[in-house]
Amino acid sequence: MSQTLVEMPMEPAGVPRGRAMVERATWASRAFATYDIDSVRRIAHAAAIAGENHAREFAELAVQETGYGVVEHKVLKNVACSVGIWNTYESHDYVTPTIVEGDKIVEVPRAAGVIFALTPSTNPVATVYCKIMLALLTRNAIIISPHPFAKGVCARAAYVMRDAAVAAGAPDGVIQVVEQPSIPLINALMTDERVDVIVATGGSPMVRSAYRSGNPAIGVGPGNVPVLVEKSADLPAAAQSIVASKSFDNSILCTSESVLIVESAIASGFTVALAKAGAFLLSPEQVDVVRDLIFPMGHFDTAWVGKSALEIAAACDIKVPKGTLILVAPIDLVVPEEPLAQEKLCPLLAMVTVSSAARGIEAARAVLRNSGRGHSAAIHSQDARVTMDYASALPVLRVVVNVGNSLGSAGIQTALAPTMTIGTGFFGKSSVGENLQPKHLINRTLIAYNSNKSILMPDFTDLNPWSAPQGSVPAYPIASNLEGAPFIPQPSAPIEFAGTDDLREEIRRLVIEELRQIIKG
Amino acid sequence: MTRLIPIFAKWSAIWYGRSMSDQASVEAPYDYGVFSFASKSEVLDKAKAYWNPGKTQFWIDSGVPLVIDRREEYFIYDMSGKRLIDTHLNGGTYNLGHRNPEVVQAITTAMQHFDIGNHHFPALARTALAEAMISSAPTGLTKVIYGSGGGEAIDIAIKTARHATQKRKVVSITKAYHGHTGLAVGTGDERFSKLFLSDNPEDFPNVTFNDLEAMESALQNRDVAAVIMETIPATFGFPLPAPGYLPKVKELCERYDALYIADEVQTGLMRTGELWAITKEGIAPDIMVSGKGISGGLYPIACVLVAEHAAGWLTEDGFGHISTFGGAELGCVAAIKSLEICSRPETRSMVHYLSDFIGQGLRRIQADYPDWFTGIRQNGLVIGLEFNDPQGAKFVMRHLYENGVWAIFSTLDPRVLQYKPGLLLKPEIAEELLDRTEVSIGRAWAEVKSLRGPR
Repeated sequence: MSQTLVEMPMEPAGVPRGRAMVERATWASRAFATYDIDSVRRIAHAAAIAGENHAREFAELAVQETGYGVVEHKVLKNVACSVGIWNTYESHDYVTPTIVEGDKIVEVPRAAGVIFALTPSTNPVATVYCKIMLALLTRNAIIISPHPFAKGVCARAAYVMRDAAVAAGAPDGVIQVVEQPSIPLINALMTDERVDVIVATGGSPMVRSAYRSGNPAIGVGPGNVPVLVEKSADLPAAAQSIVASKSFDNSILCTSESVLIVESAIASGFTVALAKAGAFLLSPEQVDVVRDLIFPMGHFDTAWVGKSALEIAAACDIKVPKGTLILVAPIDLVVPEEPLAQEKLCPLLAMVTVSSAARGIEAARAVLRNSGRGHSAAIHSQDARVTMDYASALPVLRVVVNVGNSLGSAGIQTALAPTMTIGTGFFGKSSVGENLQPKHLINRTLIAYNSNKSILMPDFTDLNPWSAPQGSVPAYPIASNLEGAPFIPQPSAPIEFAGTDDLREEIRRLVIEELRQIIKG
Repeated sequence: MTRLIPIFAKWSAIWYGRSMSDQASVEAPYDYGVFSFASKSEVLDKAKAYWNPGKTQFWIDSGVPLVIDRREEYFIYDMSGKRLIDTHLNGGTYNLGHRNPEVVQAITTAMQHFDIGNHHFPALARTALAEAMISSAPTGLTKVIYGSGGGEAIDIAIKTARHATQKRKVVSITKAYHGHTGLAVGTGDERFSKLFLSDNPEDFPNVTFNDLEAMESALQNRDVAAVIMETIPATFGFPLPAPGYLPKVKELCERYDALYIADEVQTGLMRTGELWAITKEGIAPDIMVSGKGISGGLYPIACVLVAEHAAGWLTEDGFGHISTFGGAELGCVAAIKSLEICSRPETRSMVHYLSDFIGQGLRRIQADYPDWFTGIRQNGLVIGLEFNDPQGAKFVMRHLYENGVWAIFSTLDPRVLQYKPGLLLKPEIAEELLDRTEVSIGRAWAEVKSLRGPR
């Protein structure tokens, strides 16, 4: 008997509390999964508005906490991932059953349940917003585990959306945050069998471990985006959009262009256009200096993530014009031993020139052999044939045309689904190949009738199994002999475990006063 | 070949000098290391011979021949292997489940350093628990005194009130239950006091529950030290205090210079959806008692929380009450961890969900048996089920037992079944519990009807 005690596995600190969060989320998801479409829309809309209202505040906090990115650009992403996502899916319905008359099939949307979401430090708030919005639209509970570098702002962002959602009728516990993420805690939550799906956005090791967890997982890997500028392209426009995209949020999106491939026939004209758009073309000597700075000993130095072109240039003692937005580093060949052909996450763009579009496609394939399979690529071209050849030859699942890839592949400047989570599909060893969107977070129960024509399907119109919640969810546990008495909801703040302060006393006093009123009433 | 195996096992035990317990496992299938039994009937026979023949026989006669063997989460297993969902939880002792892993871990770790401790000296774990208790307690409570169980804690509360007021009388409700120790048993129903010539109506007057006039007349001579109240009287079957009753009793206490002792042994620790049920009534008690669940179900301990104006003896004569095991430091560790788990926002949320879910499920069942299942008394996860028969809950208890649920009738009102699901009960087990409950209530009704015969 005593042996059982000795052999009992000891859970690392924080894990029991994390497991309690999963259990709370389980209760929340059970309740949320029965909500009707009107309630879901009201909740998602409220969260989106709250997110938008704090878009700038959290953009500033994110830059402060992580030390990277550009406030203005983060504002744009935060808005896109709150009201932007709302506007996209406002008229969609992932809740109400639909009837496929001819097939005698009725489809009943079913929520996944509990989502465990890992979010990165590079797009902290936008990713938190995005995943919460998708969870709310699909009636799922979500536990956010932010990257430790951005845990403060991520928790605040999630709580803003949580408070708005709950005020609009969402169940208690529908949005929770791991405030002190640690590797053992994340492992414990990923492998917890009550988690229904993991949505992992971040580095490859984390994404791979999500897949190994034994739970269904949607993981997305890194990008390494080739962009081909082919001779039919509108050069000034291409230069503009590449520079804008590469400099967006100091290039920390996984969709940011990594290697520019230019057809030699137009190379000199295009480099002039690039310079005009704010790019600084490095000399061969300068390329060596920059390479040594960003890739010391051939390995990427994460200190440069999200730093500006001016900061990088200054660190290399390179004089650049004031308005410089990106640095362009010409390289000879895209080969594994060329570090600049890797993902860089800062506004440094490698450039190779190629003799033809066909050679350009080969170069792009070489870029993707380094990393970024399943992710995205861009092309600037007026030629449908070349575009088709490029798209069908590259192992990527989105090729955006005549637009910056940063916001193009993220669905903000194209008709792709707006997201901070780019599915990399089979090429990238992910279960989802599209931009993460609501449909990935539900299943559908199919009611299927005998195909024999003589057996008819009765009328399912207006049969809706879902309903609006009655009051707060869950109901506050008032004594059964007080039911029906006018009830003032209590503040949900729990009694703090230790430490007293005036605020707590004040809340307690208010609770007592409210109860007195109820009892008198 | 198969017949050779036990012989081989015996030989190898002799040849290789295997431990006694390994050898015993060949002969006694129920081997627990320091003791073993050959069968369940051996346990029952010996329980009657050496322990408590009355109690042992009672359960056999009641159709609940339970000898709890394995226990984990909210499950207890009879020696036969039969699994039961525990909704008795010994009055909340197992609020956090049987052998809650977090509490087990805390105590196991603590045992590398602590033992019971020395009751005369200030102590590490005792001080830490006292601070945690006070910081999470209703307003005004400032000191903690420890007992080794709820009864002792009630005795301490009464002694404290008597010292503070210099009065002797303690008022409790008719059919009250506050434990079996010297003073506590006096406050309760004579069911437990007369047997031991311990009834003392002079010092322990009873008044009818929910009767404010009776309460006032008991107090108006200003000769009462304290009123002691379970926030919801458990052993009496959880009759709910009428709206405003308890606050009014507190008011009367203030008017007539008596202290208010809140017995939160069963209702505390988040069971009603707030850490202490008394705060839901808007009452700041002068003295509050916590027991049962505070032990984590693993190391006995009970706590008395006292307001400064009642805590005088702790300064005047700190050795006034002494308890070797009261506040045992291992118990304090169990209590700190249990209190922390109960205080978590996640726990509070889950209790609200579970209360809502179980309440709705019970009302659905009730709708099917309106003539039999006549009432639900519920405040959070404190739940009493009323049945339309003087012994109704005993029938339901037996059918629940047969159907894999352990819930007990209320000793002082056997119409009412005590139904206390665990705070951390998983949703799927809650569903299973309701399924089993529905079937059992139906079968108990069929049995009662057949006994009553055609009308």
